Amino acid sequence: MNAEELQEIVERELARQETRRHRVAVCTAAGCLSLGSDRVKAALVRGVEEAQLADEVEVFGTGCLGLCEAGALVQVDSRQADGHVCRCLYEKVTEARAVELVRQHLAGGAPLPSGQLPLDDPFFARQHRVVLQGSGVRDPERLESCLAAGAYQSLQKALTELTPTDVIAEITASGLRGRGGGGYPTGLKWSTVHKASGPKKVVICNADEGDPGAFMDRSVLEGDPHRVLEGMAIAGYAVGAEQGFVYVRGEYPLAIDRLKVALKQAERLQLLGNRIFETGFNFRIDLRIGAGAFVCGEETALIASVEGRRGTPRPRPPYPAVSGLWGLPTLINNVETFANVAEVIRGGGAAFAAVGTERSKGTKVFALAGKIARTGLVEVPMGTTLREIVFDIGGGIPDGKAFKAAQTGGPSGGCIPAQHLDLPVDYESLVQVGSFMGSGGLIVMDETSCMVDVAAFFMEFCRDESCGKCVPCRAGTVQMHSLLQKLTHFEGSEADVAQLEELAELLKATSLCGLGQGAPNPVLSTLRYFRDEYLAHVREKRCPAGVCKGSAPAASAGAPAAEVSP
Amino acid sequence: MTVKTLTLDGKPVSAREDETILDLCREHKVPLPTLCHLEGLGAVGACRLCLVEVKGSPRLHPACTLRAEEGMEITTGSDRLKRYRRQIVELLFAERNHVCAICVVNGRCELQDVAYAVGLDHVRYQYRHPPTELDASHPRFMLDQGRCVLCTRCVRVCDELEGAHTWDVAGRGAASRVITDLNQPWGKSESCTSCGKCVQVCPTGALFEKIQPAGGTVKRRDFLTYLKTAREKKQWIR
Ligand SMILES: Cc1cc2nc3c(=O)[nH]c(=O)nc-3n(C[C@H](O)[C@H](O)[C@H](O)COP(=O)(O)O)c2cc1C
Ligand code: SF4
Ligand code: SF4
Ligand code: SF4
Ligand code: SF4
Ligand code: FES
Ligand code: FES
Repeated sequence: MNAEELQEIVERELARQETRRHRVAVCTAAGCLSLGSDRVKAALVRGVEEAQLADEVEVFGTGCLGLCEAGALVQVDSRQADGHVCRCLYEKVTEARAVELVRQHLAGGAPLPSGQLPLDDPFFARQHRVVLQGSGVRDPERLESCLAAGAYQSLQKALTELTPTDVIAEITASGLRGRGGGGYPTGLKWSTVHKASGPKKVVICNADEGDPGAFMDRSVLEGDPHRVLEGMAIAGYAVGAEQGFVYVRGEYPLAIDRLKVALKQAERLQLLGNRIFETGFNFRIDLRIGAGAFVCGEETALIASVEGRRGTPRPRPPYPAVSGLWGLPTLINNVETFANVAEVIRGGGAAFAAVGTERSKGTKVFALAGKIARTGLVEVPMGTTLREIVFDIGGGIPDGKAFKAAQTGGPSGGCIPAQHLDLPVDYESLVQVGSFMGSGGLIVMDETSCMVDVAAFFMEFCRDESCGKCVPCRAGTVQMHSLLQKLTHFEGSEADVAQLEELAELLKATSLCGLGQGAPNPVLSTLRYFRDEYLAHVREKRCPAGVCKGSAPAASAGAPAAEVSP
Repeated sequence: MTVKTLTLDGKPVSAREDETILDLCREHKVPLPTLCHLEGLGAVGACRLCLVEVKGSPRLHPACTLRAEEGMEITTGSDRLKRYRRQIVELLFAERNHVCAICVVNGRCELQDVAYAVGLDHVRYQYRHPPTELDASHPRFMLDQGRCVLCTRCVRVCDELEGAHTWDVAGRGAASRVITDLNQPWGKSESCTSCGKCVQVCPTGALFEKIQPAGGTVKRRDFLTYLKTAREKKQWIR
């Protein structure tokens, strides 16, 4: 495919879309799917056929549309007589509602009077969608639709107008940092791999996403897989790799399906494969399905897993950029990181860097969960304050309860108390208050949440997900969890709290990988801001939030199942 | 081969570029406890006992996998490191069932040696006493999971030197267990050649020869250096 052929496809598709009066995007991501959105979609398709509207209406499945709690969501873009497109977003759509929707809106042309979400609501209006801009717009299963919306144009630009060094310079200028958690500068990582010597290099997309409550990466893959593939291909060109892998967890069947479809379509049009855009650049992408162990998100464990070995981390150095998959220089980035790349190349690094804060550029996708009025997926500029995210966008705490804390960064993160609500959310600020950006899970807690219990929950997660290779993490998380359990059962003493802190320091300092090093963070941050709650459990044998009931721990005392599965 | 100069606990030392900090410590008689490392096997950096401080780095680094570099300043025995080492050994004792008095390697156990080295006189963490299994199906050897510290020396020697790869680790976290073949009894293993290497390299009483009574097992590690030199340098010397 060359530029003209691409342009031809785009024009044909745009012309086709002009003939459609309505484009109907049904959210078929996990949240809405659990509310029956697949049946809603089927009902819509059937309804459209029965009403003989197939030439005027296109119905497609998309990734998460954001406000999961109001699912199943259906978005209808209707073309007005003047060519203007008018958007309606229907909430809580059932099969019955779908039939109505076809009859009234799609056939009749008049939007349903009720059941629509106000699109000027801050939940939608305050977002800034870069990574998610294709969700609901691009049909993830039709490459033409994606091309018409701009897919692969950045790849074409990179291959035909920029040298690999130019691409890296743009990425560096954009200030883009890794969205997988640590926030490592992407440009620096690319340039390290670019400079590494080796006959072959590899690009890996980390789509393991194991944080409890997180589904940002999954949504991007489900809603706009080509954006990620395009980012990977640009990365491959920049660092000098001809092979890429997407490592995606097996629990994401829809993401896997859509990736497979996307790969096949992109290869057929030679947007991936050999001599892409008739240049000398070759790039293939293969899928690798992980079994879903949290630790396999750690780079060196991920590499071991792709190599077909047991997914356990190894000490670094050597870093994957120098010696990664099969000893080759390897670039590993997160899904959301790759999803930002096309935008950087399209508008230039400087334009990208205009959004965000001094040291954190661009936007970040968060998965809002917990005690918050609007749970779902939002994308906001870096530096948006926690208050804006929780109260303006998320609609605040339901039932008139008081905000207590927001947990970010998953099991390696911490709890941010109310006094820091005006904190601009970026990499540095979060670390300053003892938390962590992580991949973007944001769990809101109100006065009915017990912080000791929260700490115990995350410690249990780390205990269960520890790979078992190194002693501090394997044996230490067990001890820490059992100490926390003693506290929640009102059987702990101040000596136990001291021992908890001592173990926290040990794990942080001596664990081999980020899992063990980060595991103490929820404990340390809750101790930092909510020590009085710990003390109430110890001294007064009382849970201020009323969560812990003080029943005796089960006989196993938190010892994980001793079973062995080969 | 270029030679690097660096300081080890303040003393200037020189190193070949293929040497690790642990090699230097051994060479200069700097005491550094280790458990997962064994000369002759690939290093994994898993037990975390050999962690050292490197000036200018916020992280601690395992000496067994850390290559010597020009100008490095290494500290091996700060108070902090000593405290961590003791905690790690305590965690190991609390993790499974170490009842030395009735153990086949009592008095000749590397875990015991390490415990003495770090000054361990009691364990402050809760003993977990997990139910563990004993595999006595092999005609000559036994495996007592209760004494295993998951150093994976058996896994590595069987894979790297014997080439049988009978051992592996299954499960994760505290439920990790060494297994033979696909978690079949050792005695049924078709890959095991009964060479006994795993038994010799095991630092604890987890792997032992059947005939030996409590406190009777003596392990011989020198064969490993012999095999390694024989292989790599084609010299058949001990
Ligand atoms: C225990 C653990 C789990 C991780 N899980 C993920 C994950 O699910 N997805 C991800 O992108 N990064 C994960 N990371 C971070 C990655 O190791 C790595 O830093 C990241 O993928 C690099 O990409 P980035 O620079 O684009 O962020 C994890 C790290 C650790 C220590
Ligand atoms: S810190 Fe935990 S997860 Fe990481 S290597 Fe050690 S045991 Fe495995
Ligand atoms: S293996 Fe060592 S530490 Fe464990 S019981 Fe036997 S002698 Fe004691
Ligand atoms: S006896 Fe030899 S072959 Fe058998 S498991 Fe041990 S090291 Fe491997
Ligand atoms: S059986 Fe022995 S050598 Fe093997 S992992 Fe356990 S302690 Fe180490
Ligand atoms: S899953 Fe449908 S809106 Fe999020
Ligand atoms: S000997 Fe270095 S980590 Fe075990």
